[in-house]
Amino acid sequence: MNRATLNLWVGFFVLLGFVAFLMLAFKVGNLNLDGSGGTYEVVAHFDNIGQLKERAPVRSAGVLVGRVHSVRFDTLHYNAEVRMAIDTQYHFPVDSSASVLTSGILGEQYVGLDAGGDDKMLKNGDELKLTQGAMVLERLIGQFLFNKAQDGGADKTSNR
Amino acid sequence: MKGTWGHGLRTVGDTTLRIVERIGAVVLFLGQILRHSGTSFRRFGLVIREIYFAGVQSLIIILVSGLFVGMVLGLQGFETLQSYGSSESVGVLVALSLMRELGPVVSALLFASRAGSAITAEIGLMKATEQLSAMEMMAVNPLARVVSPRFWGGVFSLPVLATLFVAMGIMGGFLVTVIMLKVDSGAFWSQMQAAVDFHHDIVNGMIKSIVFGVAVSAIATFEGYEAPPTAEGVSGATTRTVVSSSLAILALDLLLTAFMMKGWN
Repeated sequence: MNRATLNLWVGFFVLLGFVAFLMLAFKVGNLNLDGSGGTYEVVAHFDNIGQLKERAPVRSAGVLVGRVHSVRFDTLHYNAEVRMAIDTQYHFPVDSSASVLTSGILGEQYVGLDAGGDDKMLKNGDELKLTQGAMVLERLIGQFLFNKAQDGGADKTSNR
Repeated sequence: MKGTWGHGLRTVGDTTLRIVERIGAVVLFLGQILRHSGTSFRRFGLVIREIYFAGVQSLIIILVSGLFVGMVLGLQGFETLQSYGSSESVGVLVALSLMRELGPVVSALLFASRAGSAITAEIGLMKATEQLSAMEMMAVNPLARVVSPRFWGGVFSLPVLATLFVAMGIMGGFLVTVIMLKVDSGAFWSQMQAAVDFHHDIVNGMIKSIVFGVAVSAIATFEGYEAPPTAEGVSGATTRTVVSSSLAILALDLLLTAFMMKGWN
């Protein structure tokens, strides 16, 4: 086989591989290079984060606006400190609130942001004051049973 | 009784030492290839020729098996996920299993049996017919002229083949689940896009296939270069290439996966 045909085939091979890689990166991996790329970081303290992990989505109104950057235990306040990287194209008022939510019944956990009404916007390094931690099933059941028992007791006393 | 025990133990020790010796020899050989790689890059035509034989000629088998593996994954995944009412996630299953494991591993196994064995047989036969000695007589280093281009050809080809395998597999999964089983096309792609991460899945898969490419090519060229110069020797070397590359691929895969998993959390 002569040199030119060989080069042609190898060129075709490499091009095919490159196209496949691009398809994987953009169509499957959803890699987006469309500008922004930049993020700013906000901190939030939760009393309980449930199963929240690094790289978990941060959503507002269901739209992906950022990702959880790091999760660590705050030894000063004895709660969980979550740092989130929010896309610079999304701005939130400083009195926005964050809560740990679950997608579906058994789905992954994510941070939901609810915008507040302040004029000032969050900057890099700011802290979200209003937070709500994850719902823990055992505690919910415990609370439910507790309330039920209390109601039952109240009913009895009123009947008497 | 004591004699049999001692004999058995000696056999185990002997086999272990021989395996370790073999691994050491392959690593040393790899070092020699790298030292003599200059020619391959100065005369890149040599490598291109090997990419043609190792890569382009393996295209058909890789593309077809990728398509079939993807289709089977789609069928099996659909069957199981449907009982949980989440058949849309089948795209995630197909994409992640192909990118993280099946793509690099299966294409490396196919590559070892399709191209690795051919490399071993070619070099072994060159040695048996004293072509390598003839080169040395002409002051041409066979490591630089024969072995290293084949090594680099393999190292370049395998990642490309693995990428094509994954792409083809995802197409196969799409064909079976979306076209045949009527899974919603939008959900198929969007769930896949939400779950697949460029760095953690695609790049790590590429790293795996590059490592496998180095391992398979080093083993194949080593077995050919060290083959006893007889018909029997070459046939034995070809078999050993396939067996030891397959084992090396699976063992390295476990190791790499363990390391990469650690990086996720």
